[in-house]
Parts: sequence; C-alpha cells; structure tokens
Amino acid sequence: MAWLKGRGVAAVNYPTGMNLGGDPSQALIHATTTGGFVITLSSVDLGQGIKTVGAQIAAETLGVPYENVVIDTADTDTGPHCMGTFASRGTHRIGNAIMMAAREAREVMMSVAATELEVDPGDLVTDGKGRIHVNGAPDKGMSVVDVALAAHFKLGKTISGRGMYMKPKSEVVPETGEMDPDSCQAHACTVADVEVDDETGEVRVLKMTNAYEIGRAMNPALAHQQIVGGAWMGISHALYETTEPYYPDRAHGPTDFSQYLMPGPGDIAEMDSVIIERPSSNGPYGAKGIGEMTANSPIPAIANAIFDACGVRVTSMPFTPEKILRGLDALRGIAN
Amino acid sequence: MKHSVVSLTINGTERQMLVAPGTTLVEVLRENQGLAGTRRGCDQGACGTCTVLVDGKAMMSCLLPVETIEGARVETIEGLTPMQGLHPIQEAFLEGFATQCGFCTSGMIMATAGLLARNPNPSRDDAVRAISGNICRCTGYEAIIDAVLDAAKRMQAAQRSEAA
Ligand code: FES
Ligand code: FES
Repeated sequence: MAWLKGRGVAAVNYPTGMNLGGDPSQALIHATTTGGFVITLSSVDLGQGIKTVGAQIAAETLGVPYENVVIDTADTDTGPHCMGTFASRGTHRIGNAIMMAAREAREVMMSVAATELEVDPGDLVTDGKGRIHVNGAPDKGMSVVDVALAAHFKLGKTISGRGMYMKPKSEVVPETGEMDPDSCQAHACTVADVEVDDETGEVRVLKMTNAYEIGRAMNPALAHQQIVGGAWMGISHALYETTEPYYPDRAHGPTDFSQYLMPGPGDIAEMDSVIIERPSSNGPYGAKGIGEMTANSPIPAIANAIFDACGVRVTSMPFTPEKILRGLDALRGIAN
Repeated sequence: MKHSVVSLTINGTERQMLVAPGTTLVEVLRENQGLAGTRRGCDQGACGTCTVLVDGKAMMSCLLPVETIEGARVETIEGLTPMQGLHPIQEAFLEGFATQCGFCTSGMIMATAGLLARNPNPSRDDAVRAISGNICRCTGYEAIIDAVLDAAKRMQAAQRSEAA
C-alpha cells in the first residue's frame, strides 16, 4: 500500500447578488436620544457577519464610533424589506442600503448641529470619535450626544434615514440570451494538496492554499474566517457528505442528520489564504460578496489533486473511497 | 411513574426540582432554570452543543437523566461568565474569531473549560480531542482549536498574576 500525493488547482468567478424579478434590500436608521444609531433590517446574520459589517458601514458613513451603532435584526414581519441572506448578496445589497440610510441621517444630524452651533452645515465635519465641529476649528463643536438631545428635546426632530438598494429586473434578450444577472463578480483560486491511499481509497487533504479577490475586504478577519469555514464545507462536500453507500444494505444507512458524515476537528487541512482587494464600482466602499464561493473551488481542486495523485478521474461528489477504488481497479484493468 | 425531587448545585447555588422520570439535564437547565445559554442541538449526544461541566467534567447534558446525577455540581456557560467582563476562554474565542453563528460556542467553551481543568497545558492534539464531540458547521474548526490553545495561555497568565 502507498499514500500517493497529488496537487490540483481550480478557480471560480462568483456573482454577487442575483436578478430574478429585481433584487431589493432596505434599511431604516434612527438616532436614540443619546446619540446611538439603531439600524432596522429584516436581514439575517447567521454567522456571516452582516451585523458587524453593517455597523462598520454605518459608522463610517455617519462619522460616529462603531460602538454607537446597533443593528436590530431580523423581523421579517415588521422590518423593512430584505430579499434575504443568499446569493452572496448581503454585504453588497444590505450594505448599500445601510450606507444610503446613514447618508440621509447624517445630513439631518449635521443640520441639527449647524442650527445649534449657528454655522453653515457645509462647514461642519465629524471626527469619527463622537464629535462634530467646524472644519479646522476642533474647539467649535459639540458631541453627537448633545446633537441627538437637541434634536429630540429642543427642535422636535428625528435624526433618521431611509435606505434602499435595488438591482432592477433585467430582461433576457431572446435572440442572444444576454442579460445582466449580477452586480459584480468575485474571483478565487484554490490549490489543494492531497494524498490518496491506493489500498483503501481514502483521501486526505493536506493543505489548501487560497487566493481571493473580493473587492474591498470590509473586515479582513471576518473575510478570512469565511474562507476557512467555506473551505471546510468544500472538503465536506468533496469527500464526506452522502447518505450512500451503506453495506450490506440500505437499512444500515443513516436515519437522520446526526449520522451524516462530516469532517471533524481532527480532519481539517492546513490552510493558507490571501485576500486581494480590487474595489468594485457599485459595492459599499468597494465591497463584493464573499459567501458561497468559498465552498466552491475547493471541490474541483480536490478532484484534480486526486487525479494528479492516482490517475482516477472522479466525476460525482462526494469522492468516496469506493469510487476511488473502482477507478483504480479500472486503471489496472480489473473489471468491477 | 412518579415524579421525584432531585437536588443539584447549579452554578454554585443549590436547587431542588420536581422532575418526571427520564428528564434530562439539558431540559432542566433550559426549561426549568431558564439557563438557555446551553443549547439543545440534537438531543441524542451527536453535536455537543449541550456540553456543561458536571462535577468539573465536560458532559453532554442531553444524555444525562437528572435522577442519575443527584447532588452533582453543574456549571453552565452562565456560571462560567464572570459578573464583569469575560472569562479568559470567552476572551480567547472572541478575539480569535472562533465563533460565527454562535450555536456551537457555549458547548465549545464548556468543553474547553473541562479540558483545561484537567490539563492546563494541552497540546494541539489534546485540544482537537477535547472538542471532537462538538460539531461546528461554520468555522472549519481551525479558529476554535487556536482559541482553545490561546485560552490555556490566558488562564495560565491569569493564574500567574493572581499568584504574584
Ligand atoms: S444536544 Fe446534546 S449532544 Fe446534541
Ligand atoms: S459557529 Fe456556527 S456552528 Fe460553530
């Protein structure tokens, strides 16, 4: 028996967002009496980090500290509309909506501050630390807290904003099939190093090297984590996840998801990833989506690495020991 | 069958409860004690989200009928969390981005607490073994394993500064 080593490469272009009948997401933002900003969404954070990234976008646009922003999500009964968290669209669609809402709220905030300070709103700047002051004269200013208090209790105003991002419906040109399905595309490449046991057909992924071009990485640590988690899912799709085959017969197969095979903490590969930033023209601060794509390129990269290691070309997922052994038998001219 | 009274020390406080036969610890914690930080993922010992410390050992609370652990000391994520700030294990998970959706996190943290209680200086293999009964569907485990090792360092540093 021998462990045969191999290397495979695969690349992916991945669309950000989709286009069925138009793809909208909306956001509402308002200030509390004490200068906190609450963003109401129907969008779900299921671990991908839209709450963190959304708060970053709002803080940057408003010119207030990140800690002053609260994201209130997700109630699809009462919140502003969101198409959902899918198609790697969250950062792009919801982020754009949040940015638009924050711009409108910022305008009100600056006009309240201008009234209070008796200056022109165009002369005011935010310091990003919780103060608004006259450009070039940091002493002539006031805190965002005082601005919010003045709006609520003196001027009777709400510091609020509405945001709406929509990718309009794009009809298909019947003659050519042409359409505009997405907003931008992210790109990635994975190099997988594997070893294949030629006696048992077992595959081990030794290392994954990834490069991702995802526009501006709004939060590099989250983006990196998305890559690692997605690569794990890719390995899982490639090598593990199936309810077949079971021997001696189907009755021995799994009966629920708890018996479904997945790589555990002892089965993970060494991971080395780099992020390349080429800002998109239409994403918030140049962001694109990095979501589903992270589970894509690992799969063909592993298939190619298996081929490189032992000459077996597997064409259906997952690449189970059984399929690899049958492939090895075929190469050796053994009928099966 | 009759209900019975079981007493447990939960997060340092002695509690008595009337339970139906077969009531599991995770049910008692979540339904009866309102300690919802302990998750119930599968209810059959497959996912580890329900991990708590029972007499200092990490155990899956969905597999423990409470009658069988009468008098035990139970610690949950709520008990581990200090009144102010975070426990060093929580800090390590937070700062190491070892949590995404968070569903596995309290189980992972309690499994780590169990490991570090018996082995304050674990190897990477020890860390992998300690969390091998816990499923994470988001992170790919790498950040969690790193956080377990970082937590060990933080706890040792905390002990050193306490001793000094
Ligand atoms: S709920 Fe106990 S192991 Fe899954
Ligand atoms: S963080 Fe989502 S399951 Fe672990």
